[in-house]
Amino acid sequence: MKILVPVKRVVDYNVKVRVKSDGSGIDLANVKMSMNPFDEVAIEEAVRLKEAGIATEVVAVSAGLANSQETLRTALALGADRAILIETDVELQPLAVAKLLKAVCEKESPQLVIPGKQAIDDDSNQTGQMLAALLGWPQATFASKLVVNADKTAAAVTREIDGGLETIEIALPAVMTTDLRLNEPRYATLPNIMKAKKKPLETTTPAALGVDVAPRLKTLKVAEPARRSGGVKVADVAELVEKLKNEAKVI
Amino acid sequence: MPILVIAEHDNAVLKPATRNAISAATQIGGDIDVLVAGSACAAVAEAAARIAGVTRVRLVDAAHYADHGAENLAALVVANAPGYSHVLAPATAAGKNFLPRVAALLDVAQISDIVAVVSTDTFVRPIYAGNALATVQSVDPVKVISVRGTAFEAAGEASPVSVEALAAGPDLGLSRLVGRELTQSARPELTAARVIVSGGRALGSSDNFHSVLEPLADALGAAVGASRAAVDAGYAPNDYQVGQTGKIVAPDLYVAVGISGAIQHLAGMKDSKVIVAINKDPEAPIFQVADYGLVGDLFDVAPALAAALR
Repeated sequence: MKILVPVKRVVDYNVKVRVKSDGSGIDLANVKMSMNPFDEVAIEEAVRLKEAGIATEVVAVSAGLANSQETLRTALALGADRAILIETDVELQPLAVAKLLKAVCEKESPQLVIPGKQAIDDDSNQTGQMLAALLGWPQATFASKLVVNADKTAAAVTREIDGGLETIEIALPAVMTTDLRLNEPRYATLPNIMKAKKKPLETTTPAALGVDVAPRLKTLKVAEPARRSGGVKVADVAELVEKLKNEAKVI
Repeated sequence: MPILVIAEHDNAVLKPATRNAISAATQIGGDIDVLVAGSACAAVAEAAARIAGVTRVRLVDAAHYADHGAENLAALVVANAPGYSHVLAPATAAGKNFLPRVAALLDVAQISDIVAVVSTDTFVRPIYAGNALATVQSVDPVKVISVRGTAFEAAGEASPVSVEALAAGPDLGLSRLVGRELTQSARPELTAARVIVSGGRALGSSDNFHSVLEPLADALGAAVGASRAAVDAGYAPNDYQVGQTGKIVAPDLYVAVGISGAIQHLAGMKDSKVIVAINKDPEAPIFQVADYGLVGDLFDVAPALAAALR
Protein backbone atom coordinates (compact mmCIF):
# COMPACT_ATOMS: atom_id res chain seq x y z
CA MET A 1 0.00 0.00 0.00
CA LYS A 2 1.05 3.54 -0.75
CA ILE A 3 1.26 6.19 2.00
CA LEU A 4 1.09 9.91 1.39
CA VAL A 5 2.61 12.22 4.03
CA PRO A 6 1.97 15.97 3.77
CA VAL A 7 4.77 18.02 5.34
CA LYS A 8 4.98 21.73 6.11
CA ARG A 9 7.93 24.08 6.41
CA VAL A 10 7.49 26.11 9.58
CA VAL A 11 9.49 28.28 11.95
CA ASP A 12 11.64 25.95 14.07
CA TYR A 13 10.01 25.18 17.40
CA ASN A 14 13.00 26.62 19.28
CA VAL A 15 12.75 30.06 17.69
CA LYS A 16 11.16 32.91 19.61
CA VAL A 17 8.88 34.45 16.99
CA ARG A 18 8.60 38.21 16.68
CA VAL A 19 5.58 40.14 15.53
CA LYS A 20 6.37 42.69 12.80
CA SER A 21 6.20 46.24 14.07
CA ASP A 22 3.47 47.15 11.55
CA GLY A 23 1.27 44.32 12.90
CA SER A 24 1.04 42.64 9.49
CA GLY A 25 2.37 39.28 10.58
CA ILE A 26 5.35 37.40 11.97
CA ASP A 27 8.88 38.42 11.01
CA LEU A 28 10.25 35.46 9.04
CA ALA A 29 13.45 37.12 7.80
CA ASN A 30 16.56 35.09 8.70
CA VAL A 31 14.57 32.77 10.95
CA LYS A 32 15.50 29.09 11.19
CA MET A 33 12.88 26.94 9.46
CA SER A 34 12.26 23.22 10.03
CA MET A 35 9.78 20.49 9.29
CA ASN A 36 6.65 20.79 11.43
CA PRO A 37 7.33 18.43 14.41
CA PHE A 38 4.04 16.54 13.99
CA ASP A 39 4.96 15.90 10.34
CA GLU A 40 8.28 14.37 11.44
CA VAL A 41 6.22 11.91 13.48
CA ALA A 42 4.08 11.25 10.40
CA ILE A 43 7.09 10.55 8.16
CA GLU A 44 8.53 8.26 10.84
CA GLU A 45 5.31 6.26 11.07
CA ALA A 46 5.10 5.86 7.30
CA VAL A 47 8.74 4.80 7.03
CA ARG A 48 8.29 2.27 9.85
CA LEU A 49 5.30 0.79 7.98
CA LYS A 50 7.50 0.44 4.94
CA GLU A 51 10.31 -1.13 6.96
CA ALA A 52 7.78 -3.58 8.40
CA GLY A 53 6.77 -4.60 4.88
CA ILE A 54 3.26 -3.17 5.22
CA ALA A 55 3.72 -0.10 3.02
CA THR A 56 5.29 -0.29 -0.42
CA GLU A 57 5.93 3.40 -1.06
CA VAL A 58 6.06 6.61 0.97
CA VAL A 59 5.36 9.84 -0.90
CA ALA A 60 5.97 13.19 0.81
CA VAL A 61 3.98 16.23 -0.36
CA SER A 62 4.37 19.88 0.49
CA ALA A 63 2.60 23.00 -0.71
CA GLY A 64 3.96 26.52 -0.60
CA LEU A 65 7.03 28.50 -1.58
CA ALA A 66 9.85 26.96 -3.64
CA ASN A 67 12.01 26.60 -0.51
CA SER A 68 9.60 23.95 0.81
CA GLN A 69 11.88 21.73 -1.29
CA GLU A 70 14.27 21.75 1.68
CA THR A 71 11.57 20.23 3.87
CA LEU A 72 10.81 17.62 1.23
CA ARG A 73 14.53 16.75 1.04
CA THR A 74 14.45 16.24 4.81
CA ALA A 75 11.47 13.91 4.37
CA LEU A 76 13.41 12.00 1.70
CA ALA A 77 16.44 11.79 3.99
CA LEU A 78 14.20 10.35 6.72
CA GLY A 79 13.08 7.58 4.36
CA ALA A 80 10.35 8.84 2.00
CA ASP A 81 10.77 7.43 -1.52
CA ARG A 82 9.79 10.46 -3.56
CA ALA A 83 8.35 13.91 -3.14
CA ILE A 84 5.84 16.28 -4.71
CA LEU A 85 5.99 20.05 -4.31
CA ILE A 86 2.91 22.11 -5.10
CA GLU A 87 4.55 25.44 -5.64
CA THR A 88 2.75 28.73 -5.04
CA ASP A 89 3.43 32.05 -3.37
CA VAL A 90 -0.22 32.49 -2.37
CA GLU A 91 -0.76 32.27 1.42
CA LEU A 92 -2.26 28.80 1.79
CA GLN A 93 -5.01 28.19 4.32
CA PRO A 94 -6.10 24.73 5.53
CA LEU A 95 -9.11 24.39 3.20
CA ALA A 96 -6.92 25.20 0.18
CA VAL A 97 -4.25 22.72 1.30
CA ALA A 98 -6.92 20.04 1.81
CA LYS A 99 -8.19 20.65 -1.74
CA LEU A 100 -4.65 20.42 -3.14
CA LEU A 101 -4.05 17.17 -1.24
CA LYS A 102 -7.37 15.81 -2.48
CA ALA A 103 -6.22 16.43 -6.06
CA VAL A 104 -2.93 14.65 -5.32
CA CYS A 105 -4.80 11.72 -3.72
CA GLU A 106 -6.95 11.36 -6.81
CA LYS A 107 -3.78 10.96 -8.90
CA GLU A 108 -1.75 8.87 -6.48
CA SER A 109 -4.49 6.72 -4.88
CA PRO A 110 -2.80 6.23 -1.49
CA GLN A 111 -4.36 3.81 1.02
CA LEU A 112 -3.38 6.03 3.92
CA VAL A 113 -2.64 9.74 4.26
CA ILE A 114 -0.76 10.73 7.43
CA PRO A 115 -0.71 14.49 8.15
CA GLY A 116 0.55 15.95 11.42
CA LYS A 117 -2.33 16.91 13.70
CA GLN A 118 -1.49 20.59 13.39
CA ALA A 119 1.21 22.93 12.14
CA ILE A 120 2.96 24.85 14.90
CA ASP A 121 2.73 28.15 13.01
CA ASP A 122 -0.99 28.77 12.42
CA ASP A 123 -2.09 26.08 14.95
CA SER A 124 -5.25 25.45 12.92
CA ASN A 125 -5.58 21.67 13.38
CA GLN A 126 -7.87 21.34 10.35
CA THR A 127 -6.15 20.05 7.21
CA GLY A 128 -6.33 16.30 7.85
CA GLN A 129 -9.98 16.38 8.85
CA MET A 130 -10.86 18.59 5.88
CA LEU A 131 -9.05 16.28 3.48
CA ALA A 132 -10.90 13.25 4.87
CA ALA A 133 -14.22 15.09 4.48
CA LEU A 134 -13.53 16.17 0.89
CA LEU A 135 -12.58 12.59 -0.06
CA GLY A 136 -15.49 11.09 1.89
CA TRP A 137 -12.95 8.97 3.79
CA PRO A 138 -12.88 8.01 7.45
CA GLN A 139 -10.50 9.86 9.73
CA ALA A 140 -8.53 9.04 12.86
CA THR A 141 -7.14 12.19 14.41
CA PHE A 142 -4.52 12.62 17.19
CA ALA A 143 -3.21 9.06 16.76
CA SER A 144 -0.90 7.49 19.32
CA LYS A 145 -0.95 3.94 17.91
CA LEU A 146 -1.66 2.44 14.50
CA VAL A 147 -2.23 -1.23 13.63
CA VAL A 148 -3.00 -2.01 9.98
CA ASN A 149 -4.90 -5.29 9.56
CA ALA A 150 -3.45 -8.22 7.61
CA ASP A 151 -5.28 -7.61 4.31
CA LYS A 152 -4.73 -3.84 4.56
CA THR A 153 -8.44 -3.02 4.22
CA ALA A 154 -8.79 -1.51 7.69
CA ALA A 155 -6.77 -0.17 10.59
CA ALA A 156 -7.17 0.13 14.36
CA VAL A 157 -6.07 3.53 15.58
CA THR A 158 -5.67 4.58 19.21
CA ARG A 159 -6.44 8.28 19.59
CA GLU A 160 -5.63 10.86 22.26
CA ILE A 161 -8.93 12.26 23.55
CA ASP A 162 -9.67 14.50 26.53
CA GLY A 163 -9.20 12.35 29.61
CA GLY A 164 -7.61 9.32 28.00
CA LEU A 165 -7.49 7.21 24.87
CA GLU A 166 -9.96 5.66 22.48
CA THR A 167 -9.43 3.04 19.82
CA ILE A 168 -11.41 3.13 16.60
CA GLU A 169 -11.46 0.88 13.61
CA ILE A 170 -11.49 2.64 10.25
CA ALA A 171 -11.86 1.31 6.74
CA LEU A 172 -9.00 2.15 4.36
CA PRO A 173 -8.33 4.38 2.49
CA ALA A 174 -8.33 6.86 5.35
CA VAL A 175 -6.64 9.90 6.85
CA MET A 176 -4.80 9.56 10.16
CA THR A 177 -3.31 12.61 11.91
CA THR A 178 -0.39 12.17 14.29
CA ASP A 179 0.03 13.08 17.91
CA LEU A 180 3.41 13.10 19.64
CA ARG A 181 3.14 9.72 21.34
CA LEU A 182 2.82 7.82 18.06
CA ASN A 183 6.59 7.35 17.79
CA GLU A 184 9.95 9.01 18.28
CA PRO A 185 11.24 10.29 14.95
CA ARG A 186 14.76 9.31 13.91
CA TYR A 187 17.43 11.77 12.88
CA ALA A 188 18.56 11.94 9.27
CA THR A 189 22.04 10.46 8.89
CA LEU A 190 24.61 12.06 6.61
CA PRO A 191 24.62 9.17 4.10
CA ASN A 192 20.80 9.38 3.94
CA ILE A 193 20.93 13.15 3.45
CA MET A 194 23.30 12.55 0.51
CA LYS A 195 21.05 9.81 -0.91
CA ALA A 196 18.00 12.06 -0.58
CA LYS A 197 19.49 14.49 -3.08
CA LYS A 198 19.12 11.85 -5.77
CA LYS A 199 15.54 10.85 -4.97
CA PRO A 200 12.82 12.16 -7.33
CA LEU A 201 11.13 15.45 -6.48
CA GLU A 202 8.33 16.47 -8.82
CA THR A 203 6.97 20.02 -8.92
CA THR A 204 3.43 21.04 -9.79
CA THR A 205 1.15 24.04 -9.17
CA PRO A 206 -2.36 24.67 -7.84
CA ALA A 207 -3.44 25.67 -11.36
CA ALA A 208 -2.13 22.40 -12.82
CA LEU A 209 -4.14 20.56 -10.17
CA GLY A 210 -7.21 22.70 -10.94
CA VAL A 211 -7.54 24.04 -7.40
CA ASP A 212 -8.59 27.55 -6.37
CA VAL A 213 -6.40 28.40 -3.36
CA ALA A 214 -7.64 31.95 -2.69
CA PRO A 215 -7.62 32.64 1.08
CA ARG A 216 -10.99 32.73 2.86
CA LEU A 217 -9.74 34.42 6.00
CA LYS A 218 -8.23 37.89 5.97
CA THR A 219 -5.64 38.56 8.64
CA LEU A 220 -6.38 42.12 9.76
CA LYS A 221 -3.73 42.34 12.45
CA VAL A 222 -1.15 40.28 14.30
CA ALA A 223 -0.25 41.47 17.78
CA GLU A 224 1.91 40.39 20.68
CA PRO A 225 -0.06 38.97 23.58
CA ALA A 226 0.01 40.90 26.83
CA ARG A 227 3.45 40.44 28.35
CA ARG A 228 3.87 38.99 31.81
CA SER A 229 5.39 41.49 34.16
CA GLY A 230 8.51 40.14 35.78
CA GLY A 231 7.87 38.77 39.24
CA VAL A 232 9.85 38.72 42.43
CA LYS A 233 12.43 36.37 43.88
CA VAL A 234 11.63 34.90 47.25
CA ALA A 235 14.28 33.99 49.79
CA ASP A 236 13.04 30.64 50.97
CA VAL A 237 10.21 28.13 51.08
CA ALA A 238 8.47 29.85 53.99
CA GLU A 239 8.28 33.14 52.09
CA LEU A 240 7.05 31.35 48.97
CA VAL A 241 4.24 29.62 50.86
CA GLU A 242 3.29 32.89 52.55
CA LYS A 243 3.10 34.71 49.17
CA LEU A 244 1.09 31.94 47.52
CA LYS A 245 -1.39 31.92 50.42
CA ASN A 246 -1.79 35.60 51.15
CA GLU A 247 -0.73 37.52 48.03
CA ALA A 248 -1.56 35.25 45.08
CA LYS A 249 -4.25 33.38 47.04
CA VAL A 250 -3.86 30.26 44.92
CA ILE A 251 -3.38 27.75 47.74
CA MET B 1 -29.53 34.60 11.25
CA PRO B 2 -29.33 32.29 14.26
CA ILE B 3 -26.19 30.59 15.55
CA LEU B 4 -25.84 26.83 15.94
CA VAL B 5 -23.74 25.53 18.85
CA ILE B 6 -22.85 21.83 18.90
CA ALA B 7 -23.07 20.43 22.42
CA GLU B 8 -20.32 18.19 23.77
CA HIS B 9 -21.47 15.41 26.07
CA ASP B 10 -21.13 11.72 26.91
CA ASN B 11 -24.86 10.97 26.45
CA ALA B 12 -25.38 11.43 30.20
CA VAL B 13 -23.72 14.71 31.12
CA LEU B 14 -23.27 17.94 29.16
CA LYS B 15 -19.55 18.86 29.08
CA PRO B 16 -18.84 22.27 30.66
CA ALA B 17 -16.91 23.46 27.55
CA THR B 18 -20.32 23.73 25.82
CA ARG B 19 -21.21 26.59 28.19
CA ASN B 20 -18.09 28.54 27.16
CA ALA B 21 -18.98 28.08 23.48
CA ILE B 22 -22.53 29.34 24.18
CA SER B 23 -21.02 32.34 25.92
CA ALA B 24 -18.97 33.11 22.77
CA ALA B 25 -22.15 32.74 20.68
CA THR B 26 -23.90 35.24 22.96
CA GLN B 27 -21.12 37.74 22.25
CA ILE B 28 -21.60 37.27 18.49
CA GLY B 29 -25.30 37.99 19.04
CA GLY B 30 -28.55 36.54 17.73
CA ASP B 31 -30.70 33.52 18.51
CA ILE B 32 -28.75 30.47 19.67
CA ASP B 33 -29.78 26.91 18.87
CA VAL B 34 -27.93 24.05 20.54
CA LEU B 35 -27.64 20.73 18.71
CA VAL B 36 -27.45 17.69 20.98
CA ALA B 37 -26.63 14.58 18.94
CA GLY B 38 -26.19 11.28 20.72
CA SER B 39 -27.95 8.18 21.87
CA ALA B 40 -30.37 8.12 24.82
CA CYS B 41 -29.22 11.64 25.62
CA ALA B 42 -32.50 13.38 26.53
CA ALA B 43 -31.02 14.42 29.89
CA VAL B 44 -28.25 16.28 28.08
CA ALA B 45 -30.81 18.13 25.94
CA GLU B 46 -32.70 19.14 29.09
CA ALA B 47 -29.48 20.45 30.64
CA ALA B 48 -28.68 22.41 27.47
CA ALA B 49 -32.20 23.89 27.50
CA ARG B 50 -31.48 25.47 30.89
CA ILE B 51 -28.35 27.37 29.79
CA ALA B 52 -28.66 31.15 29.69
CA GLY B 53 -28.71 32.57 26.16
CA VAL B 54 -30.06 29.45 24.46
CA THR B 55 -33.17 29.96 22.28
CA ARG B 56 -33.92 26.38 21.37
CA VAL B 57 -32.43 22.90 21.70
CA ARG B 58 -32.49 20.49 18.79
CA LEU B 59 -32.12 16.84 19.77
CA VAL B 60 -31.06 14.00 17.49
CA ASP B 61 -31.18 10.62 19.15
CA ALA B 62 -29.83 7.60 17.25
CA ALA B 63 -27.45 4.75 18.05
CA HIS B 64 -24.90 5.84 15.43
CA TYR B 65 -24.30 9.14 17.23
CA ALA B 66 -23.58 7.45 20.58
CA ASP B 67 -19.78 7.63 20.17
CA HIS B 68 -19.67 11.00 18.40
CA GLY B 69 -17.72 9.67 15.44
CA ALA B 70 -16.59 12.61 13.33
CA GLU B 71 -17.97 11.30 10.04
CA ASN B 72 -21.60 10.84 11.13
CA LEU B 73 -21.67 13.90 13.36
CA ALA B 74 -20.20 16.23 10.71
CA ALA B 75 -22.69 14.99 8.10
CA LEU B 76 -25.57 15.64 10.51
CA VAL B 77 -24.37 19.16 11.29
CA VAL B 78 -23.95 19.96 7.60
CA ALA B 79 -27.47 18.68 6.82
CA ASN B 80 -28.86 21.03 9.47
CA ALA B 81 -26.57 23.99 8.80
CA PRO B 82 -28.71 25.87 6.22
CA GLY B 83 -30.25 28.93 7.85
CA TYR B 84 -27.44 29.46 10.35
CA SER B 85 -24.87 32.25 10.10
CA HIS B 86 -22.40 30.62 12.51
CA VAL B 87 -21.64 27.06 13.63
CA LEU B 88 -19.70 26.85 16.91
CA ALA B 89 -18.19 24.03 18.93
CA PRO B 90 -15.78 23.87 21.86
CA ALA B 91 -12.10 23.59 20.84
CA THR B 92 -11.75 20.33 22.77
CA ALA B 93 -10.34 17.09 21.38
CA ALA B 94 -13.88 16.16 20.27
CA GLY B 95 -14.63 19.56 18.73
CA LYS B 96 -11.28 19.69 16.93
CA ASN B 97 -12.01 16.24 15.56
CA PHE B 98 -15.34 16.81 13.81
CA LEU B 99 -15.63 20.56 13.18
CA PRO B 100 -13.09 20.90 10.31
CA ARG B 101 -15.10 18.21 8.49
CA VAL B 102 -18.14 20.43 8.79
CA ALA B 103 -16.26 23.42 7.39
CA ALA B 104 -14.83 21.44 4.46
CA LEU B 105 -18.24 20.01 3.53
CA LEU B 106 -19.71 23.52 3.63
CA ASP B 107 -16.71 24.74 1.56
CA VAL B 108 -15.85 27.41 4.13
CA ALA B 109 -12.80 28.17 6.27
CA GLN B 110 -12.77 27.22 9.93
CA ILE B 111 -11.65 29.75 12.50
CA SER B 112 -9.90 27.67 15.14
CA ASP B 113 -9.59 28.29 18.85
CA ILE B 114 -10.98 31.83 19.06
CA VAL B 115 -10.19 33.77 22.25
CA ALA B 116 -12.23 36.92 21.48
CA VAL B 117 -15.17 38.06 19.35
CA VAL B 118 -14.55 41.40 17.60
CA SER B 119 -17.68 41.43 15.41
CA THR B 120 -19.95 38.93 13.66
CA ASP B 121 -17.23 38.14 11.10
CA THR B 122 -14.01 39.05 12.92
CA PHE B 123 -12.33 37.07 15.68
CA VAL B 124 -9.04 36.85 17.59
CA ARG B 125 -7.14 33.59 17.71
CA PRO B 126 -3.72 32.58 19.01
CA ILE B 127 -1.05 31.50 16.53
CA TYR B 128 2.48 30.22 17.20
CA ALA B 129 1.26 28.56 20.40
CA GLY B 130 -0.01 31.86 21.76
CA ASN B 131 3.16 33.84 21.03
CA ALA B 132 1.05 36.04 18.74
CA LEU B 133 -2.62 36.88 18.45
CA ALA B 134 -4.14 37.15 14.98
CA THR B 135 -7.29 39.12 14.28
CA VAL B 136 -8.97 37.41 11.32
CA GLN B 137 -12.01 38.26 9.25
CA SER B 138 -14.01 35.58 7.45
CA VAL B 139 -15.38 36.31 3.99
CA ASP B 140 -17.41 33.07 3.93
CA PRO B 141 -21.23 33.03 4.14
CA VAL B 142 -21.13 30.68 7.16
CA LYS B 143 -18.60 31.05 9.94
CA VAL B 144 -17.43 27.74 11.41
CA ILE B 145 -15.68 28.43 14.70
CA SER B 146 -14.06 26.46 17.50
CA VAL B 147 -13.97 28.22 20.87
CA ARG B 148 -11.12 28.11 23.40
CA GLY B 149 -12.97 27.51 26.64
CA THR B 150 -10.55 29.31 28.95
CA ALA B 151 -11.15 32.59 27.08
CA PHE B 152 -14.92 32.79 27.69
CA GLU B 153 -16.94 32.64 30.91
CA ALA B 154 -19.20 29.62 31.28
CA ALA B 155 -22.82 30.59 30.49
CA GLY B 156 -25.06 30.29 33.55
CA GLU B 157 -28.54 28.86 34.13
CA ALA B 158 -31.90 30.24 32.99
CA SER B 159 -35.47 29.00 32.76
CA PRO B 160 -35.72 26.10 30.29
CA VAL B 161 -36.44 26.57 26.59
CA SER B 162 -38.05 24.03 24.28
CA VAL B 163 -36.39 20.85 23.06
CA GLU B 164 -37.32 19.83 19.54
CA ALA B 165 -36.50 16.44 18.02
CA LEU B 166 -34.76 16.33 14.66
CA ALA B 167 -34.48 13.42 12.25
CA ALA B 168 -31.23 11.46 12.28
CA GLY B 169 -29.02 11.25 9.21
CA PRO B 170 -27.78 7.96 7.76
CA ASP B 171 -25.07 5.87 9.43
CA LEU B 172 -22.11 6.28 7.06
CA GLY B 173 -20.40 3.23 8.58
CA LEU B 174 -16.90 4.63 7.98
CA SER B 175 -15.58 4.08 11.48
CA ARG B 176 -16.37 2.07 14.59
CA LEU B 177 -15.46 2.65 18.23
CA VAL B 178 -13.57 -0.34 19.63
CA GLY B 179 -13.08 0.95 23.15
CA ARG B 180 -12.14 3.83 25.43
CA GLU B 181 -9.52 3.87 28.16
CA LEU B 182 -10.16 6.88 30.32
CA THR B 183 -7.37 7.68 32.76
CA GLN B 184 -8.38 6.61 36.26
CA SER B 185 -5.76 8.72 37.98
CA ALA B 186 -6.24 10.26 41.38
CA ARG B 187 -4.55 13.29 39.84
CA PRO B 188 -6.40 15.77 37.66
CA GLU B 189 -5.86 15.79 33.91
CA LEU B 190 -3.15 18.20 32.73
CA THR B 191 -5.31 20.42 30.53
CA ALA B 192 -8.08 20.66 33.13
CA ALA B 193 -5.94 20.93 36.29
CA ARG B 194 -6.15 23.94 38.62
CA VAL B 195 -2.57 23.35 39.75
CA ILE B 196 0.31 21.81 37.79
CA VAL B 197 3.75 20.76 39.05
CA SER B 198 6.16 20.36 36.13
CA GLY B 199 9.68 19.00 36.08
CA GLY B 200 12.64 19.56 33.79
CA ARG B 201 15.93 17.96 32.90
CA ALA B 202 17.49 19.06 36.21
CA LEU B 203 15.59 16.22 37.90
CA GLY B 204 18.33 14.00 36.45
CA SER B 205 16.50 10.68 36.26
CA SER B 206 13.10 9.07 35.94
CA ASP B 207 13.30 7.93 39.58
CA ASN B 208 14.01 11.46 40.77
CA PHE B 209 11.28 12.84 38.54
CA HIS B 210 8.69 10.73 40.34
CA SER B 211 10.15 10.75 43.86
CA VAL B 212 10.64 14.53 43.92
CA LEU B 213 7.59 15.77 42.00
CA GLU B 214 4.87 13.40 43.13
CA PRO B 215 4.90 14.28 46.86
CA LEU B 216 4.74 17.97 45.88
CA ALA B 217 1.91 17.32 43.41
CA ASP B 218 0.06 15.32 46.08
CA ALA B 219 0.44 18.15 48.58
CA LEU B 220 -1.05 20.60 46.05
CA GLY B 221 -3.65 18.27 44.52
CA ALA B 222 -1.85 18.99 41.26
CA ALA B 223 -1.37 17.34 37.88
CA VAL B 224 2.20 16.48 36.88
CA GLY B 225 3.77 17.86 33.72
CA ALA B 226 7.22 17.89 32.15
CA SER B 227 9.38 19.94 29.82
CA ARG B 228 10.29 18.54 26.44
CA ALA B 229 13.89 18.16 27.67
CA ALA B 230 12.71 15.90 30.50
CA VAL B 231 10.57 13.89 28.09
CA ASP B 232 13.42 13.59 25.56
CA ALA B 233 15.73 12.42 28.35
CA GLY B 234 13.22 9.69 29.18
CA TYR B 235 12.34 10.97 32.67
CA ALA B 236 8.64 11.34 31.90
CA PRO B 237 6.21 9.98 29.31
CA ASN B 238 5.33 12.08 26.27
CA ASP B 239 1.78 12.81 27.38
CA TYR B 240 3.22 14.80 30.31
CA GLN B 241 4.80 17.27 27.93
CA VAL B 242 3.83 20.92 28.33
CA GLY B 243 4.88 23.21 25.51
CA GLN B 244 4.42 24.17 21.92
CA THR B 245 4.71 20.56 20.76
CA GLY B 246 2.92 19.16 23.81
CA LYS B 247 -0.03 20.41 25.80
CA ILE B 248 -1.01 24.05 26.16
CA VAL B 249 -2.08 24.68 29.75
CA ALA B 250 -3.38 27.65 31.74
CA PRO B 251 -3.84 26.57 35.39
CA ASP B 252 -4.28 28.89 38.36
CA LEU B 253 -0.87 27.81 39.66
CA TYR B 254 2.05 26.40 37.66
CA VAL B 255 5.12 25.25 39.59
CA ALA B 256 8.16 24.77 37.34
CA VAL B 257 10.79 22.62 39.05
CA GLY B 258 14.25 22.47 37.47
CA ILE B 259 12.95 23.85 34.17
CA SER B 260 15.22 26.39 32.49
CA GLY B 261 12.41 27.87 30.41
CA ALA B 262 13.05 27.07 26.75
CA ILE B 263 10.87 29.11 24.40
CA GLN B 264 8.86 26.12 23.35
CA HIS B 265 8.06 25.29 27.01
CA LEU B 266 7.10 28.88 27.87
CA ALA B 267 4.71 28.86 24.90
CA GLY B 268 2.75 26.08 26.56
CA MET B 269 2.36 27.52 30.07
CA LYS B 270 2.75 31.29 30.02
CA ASP B 271 -1.00 31.91 30.28
CA SER B 272 -1.01 30.32 33.75
CA LYS B 273 -2.40 32.70 36.37
CA VAL B 274 0.49 32.35 38.82
CA ILE B 275 3.88 30.85 37.92
CA VAL B 276 6.41 29.65 40.49
CA ALA B 277 9.92 28.74 39.35
CA ILE B 278 12.43 26.73 41.34
CA ASN B 279 15.87 26.61 39.73
CA LYS B 280 19.43 26.78 40.93
CA ASP B 281 20.51 29.01 38.03
CA PRO B 282 19.49 32.61 38.85
CA GLU B 283 19.84 33.52 35.15
CA ALA B 284 17.41 30.83 33.91
CA PRO B 285 14.86 32.37 31.47
CA ILE B 286 11.99 30.80 33.44
CA PHE B 287 12.48 33.55 36.08
CA GLN B 288 11.50 36.18 33.49
CA VAL B 289 7.95 34.83 33.37
CA ALA B 290 7.69 33.61 36.97
CA ASP B 291 5.66 35.58 39.49
CA TYR B 292 7.65 33.98 42.29
CA GLY B 293 11.15 32.70 41.75
CA LEU B 294 13.14 30.69 44.24
CA VAL B 295 16.82 30.19 43.47
CA GLY B 296 17.97 26.97 45.06
CA ASP B 297 18.63 23.27 44.71
CA LEU B 298 15.38 21.63 43.72
CA PHE B 299 16.29 18.49 45.68
CA ASP B 300 16.16 20.60 48.88
CA VAL B 301 13.44 23.05 47.92
CA ALA B 302 10.80 20.72 46.44
CA PRO B 303 10.62 18.35 49.46
CA ALA B 304 10.66 21.34 51.85
CA LEU B 305 7.81 22.96 49.91
CA ALA B 306 5.83 19.71 49.93
CA ALA B 307 6.35 19.43 53.69
CA ALA B 308 5.32 23.05 54.26
CA LEU B 309 2.12 22.58 52.27
CA ARG B 310 1.06 19.33 53.86
